[in-house]
Amino acid sequence: MASKIGVYVCHCGMNIAGTVDVPAVIEAAKAMPRVALSKEYKFACSDPGQEMIKQDIKAHGLDAIVVAACSPLMHEKTFRRAVEAAGLNPFLLSIANIREQGSWVTEDPAKATEKAKAIVAGAVFRAARQEPLEMRSVEIHRAALVVGGGIAGIQAALDLADSGIPTTLVERQPSIGGYMAMFDKTFPTLDCSACILTPKMTAVGQHENIKLMAYSEVESVSGFVGNFQVRIRRKAAYVDHTKCNGCGMCMEKCPYKAPSEFDQGLSQRRAIYVPFAQAVPNKPVIDPATCVRFKGKKCKTCIKFCEPGAIDFEQKDSVEEVTVGSIVVATGFQPMDAKKIPQLAYGRHPEVYTALEFERLNNAAGPTQGKILTKDGRVPQSVAILNCTGSRDTNYHEYCSRVCCMYALKYAHLIKEKLHEATVFDFYIDMRCFGKGYEEFYRRLQDEGVRFIRGKAAQVFGGKEYKAIANAAGFIDGLEDHQLVVQAEDSLLGKLIRVPVDMVVLTPAVEARADADEVGRKFLVSRGADGFFLEQHPKLAPVSTTNDGVYIAGACQGPKDIPDSVAQGSAAAGKALGLIARREVEVEGTTASVVDELCSGCKCCLTLCAYNAISFDADRHRSSINEVLCKGCGTCVASCPSSAIKAKHFTDEQIFAEIEGLMSM
Amino acid sequence: MANAKLKVGMYWAASCGGCDVALLDIHEKILDVVAVADLVFWPCAMDFKVHHVEAMPDKHIDVCFISGAVRNSENEHMVKLLRRKSKVLCAFGSCAHIGGIPGLANFWDRQSIFQTVYHASPSTENPKGTVPVERFKVAEGELTLPHLYDTVKTLGQTIDVDYFLPGCPPNPDQIAAVIGVIAAGKAPAKGSVVGASERAMCEECPRKKTELKFKSFKRRHLTHPDPEVCFMEQGIVCVGAATRSGCGWRCIGSNMPCRGCYGPLPSVHDQGAKMLSAIAACIDADTPDDVERILDTMPDPAGTFYRFGLPASMLRRRQRGQDGREAR
Repeated sequence: MASKIGVYVCHCGMNIAGTVDVPAVIEAAKAMPRVALSKEYKFACSDPGQEMIKQDIKAHGLDAIVVAACSPLMHEKTFRRAVEAAGLNPFLLSIANIREQGSWVTEDPAKATEKAKAIVAGAVFRAARQEPLEMRSVEIHRAALVVGGGIAGIQAALDLADSGIPTTLVERQPSIGGYMAMFDKTFPTLDCSACILTPKMTAVGQHENIKLMAYSEVESVSGFVGNFQVRIRRKAAYVDHTKCNGCGMCMEKCPYKAPSEFDQGLSQRRAIYVPFAQAVPNKPVIDPATCVRFKGKKCKTCIKFCEPGAIDFEQKDSVEEVTVGSIVVATGFQPMDAKKIPQLAYGRHPEVYTALEFERLNNAAGPTQGKILTKDGRVPQSVAILNCTGSRDTNYHEYCSRVCCMYALKYAHLIKEKLHEATVFDFYIDMRCFGKGYEEFYRRLQDEGVRFIRGKAAQVFGGKEYKAIANAAGFIDGLEDHQLVVQAEDSLLGKLIRVPVDMVVLTPAVEARADADEVGRKFLVSRGADGFFLEQHPKLAPVSTTNDGVYIAGACQGPKDIPDSVAQGSAAAGKALGLIARREVEVEGTTASVVDELCSGCKCCLTLCAYNAISFDADRHRSSINEVLCKGCGTCVASCPSSAIKAKHFTDEQIFAEIEGLMSM
Repeated sequence: MANAKLKVGMYWAASCGGCDVALLDIHEKILDVVAVADLVFWPCAMDFKVHHVEAMPDKHIDVCFISGAVRNSENEHMVKLLRRKSKVLCAFGSCAHIGGIPGLANFWDRQSIFQTVYHASPSTENPKGTVPVERFKVAEGELTLPHLYDTVKTLGQTIDVDYFLPGCPPNPDQIAAVIGVIAAGKAPAKGSVVGASERAMCEECPRKKTELKFKSFKRRHLTHPDPEVCFMEQGIVCVGAATRSGCGWRCIGSNMPCRGCYGPLPSVHDQGAKMLSAIAACIDADTPDDVERILDTMPDPAGTFYRFGLPASMLRRRQRGQDGREAR
């Protein structure tokens, strides 16, 4: 047990010292058992700060070190290096996190100081019982997994594959492409979205280093940085894609239809379908909810017309397992359900559209071949675009969705381009045109005669609905029943306005996917208060996560436009690649081992180990752990009812000592 | 000690008397005991009074066995008295060792127990609302009853204990062996658990075990378990994996799962928590909902995992509200 512990309390400028009475903590530490010296420093992580610790270890023969500072995620490595340079085993360092768990979250200085003393005492008690350990190196599997086939995932997969890394790309939908495949044009350059996306999609489909698993989902992830075992479920398509030649006869002949997901329900697709013409892979799947064979009927149309005989109603889901060294999660976003804001009339009035519906309406490959028409076939004379549908709104999402201002401008331009006579109103709170060429695009649209109204739309009435209240609200000349009235406060004029229009386009907030929680759990990636996946550091590690070897890219991390998603896709691929290029990774020697004299052979641990590190000797009736395979996750340690399995660096003795220390103050 | 006979005492605190019967269950070996020992105090078996003990000089008793937990003022008074009068004091049985069945009262408190026992239980017929009082005057003088405590304690939490002999009740062979060892002057280190193994029940259990995985819990009395196969594999909670062996697997041999009376293993801090973690490790679930569903099939987890050891566990007792009343 260590008997000469050095305690260093960091001010972290005012980050800690602004709340915590550092001298009081120093004094308290001096009275703690086995503490030989206790000092403070303005920035312990600085070179002179580290130098002081090194000197003290040598001069005073310190045999354990406690640094009370920020989270160990920030500087544990820094201080371990310093301790090691002074000749002490790095695992004899213990970090007391008095910043993230202390000064930053405790407002009352007296309470924050007491808390800091308790945390330091916990670390001191623990440090006395820590034992020297060695780092171990683990080989990194030279393969990567990308989850999500939107533009961020596509970019990440291509970058990895182009560097020669065998890459598996998993996409839940029958085709890759994501939301970008639905768009007509992209802002601010007005490139055709499909024209710039489809070459990348094709490249994915044909790449020798990419194994594309569309219509598949990751079922479970086990393992550790460098060696993840991933189980992927390939959903039954009821079409043998190795036989299918993609002729499309089945889709032409299938008599059963359902609303097209890709066209946002504005058109119909068949029960056997590919989501869109340029789909990759361009192989159909059968939707069992629509196909009548799954309802006991005997339709054989697709079987009859399939020349290669690819239709296979006996097909079942299949599960494949891949081993990869790193993982890029690029699972994207979902648009908020606009029906959650009933006053905007979406779902009640046919001429209120979501942004994605309008994208499809405006798309040359969409339900109207790109003609902007109302549902009853009229050419709208006036269109209102309402920004911030559920964004920057404390009732829904506090954050800005970052893309809506810009695509609203794009819509305004496209409407003006196609319908020269139409009036376009853009209701906004602020115009956020922060990207390259964005402000210039805004200026261009002002010149094109779009009517910008600074005011968030409060309510949308149907024409008939409005007439019923016009007595009180004020009559609008020539208002027709099929029209809409947008009510807002024009904050530049300082008055309430009511604008009659033929069509309203909403801009639903970009939000975290409904299953983000489940996906986060699978990949051990945590989520922020906004629901999006949390990066390791908002500024300095934007695509890393706290789970080593797992990176995030695109809108699953937060609202993002295409250039940012692509940049993050490349960044995440770069990080994944950098990891794989190291060939091996150093991991802490915090493995578990079985104390033979305590093991009763109860077998509780056997089914738990994700790394197959535990084996059972039937003759001796004992479990044993192969420390080469053990990753030190601790699962078996917790499960062992005899406490016969010990985790190095997390022994019961150390943990209870830490609790004792915490309670001693 | 070699020439003089060993002076032995046996006392019961909060216990059922089963331990005293277990001592008698060593059968003819009791004669061997009597050959080396004089029974100087055993109120359950012979007529001894408290004043007999009070009259003894300190350290008069060579070995004193005490069964039962400490849950009232009389228990506390007597065990403190016997500690003073004894050279070696050995906790006898689960209640003295880790709290035992009376220790389950720590899920409640004095007031709520009185409420149930004297008022609320379906079998209570108490129209006058009579409850015991500690002092009551009658013509002949004052009658007294001990004060019942809120919290049940183990013997070791009340007095200094030299050895702990676990079991509900202890295995008679183990009792005889322990007395033999002490009589021979070969006593182990102070504070040791004696008459038990250092490994869990699974070490001795003869049942076959292949893979521990289950999708629901079954109650013993609602099933006919295969007598050859591990209980846990059959979905029946058996806490043997977290319990010291040494009992001779009497329950398991009678097709009953281990209930944990021999207490936690040497390096375990909390037997119940350990068994709970082990059970959690064996649940065969794919989703968090599955886990919930399976756990919902377990009746009375607190009573199952802390059946014998609640007072000695890290939980000690159910938390109280700030006003000192039971937290609900």
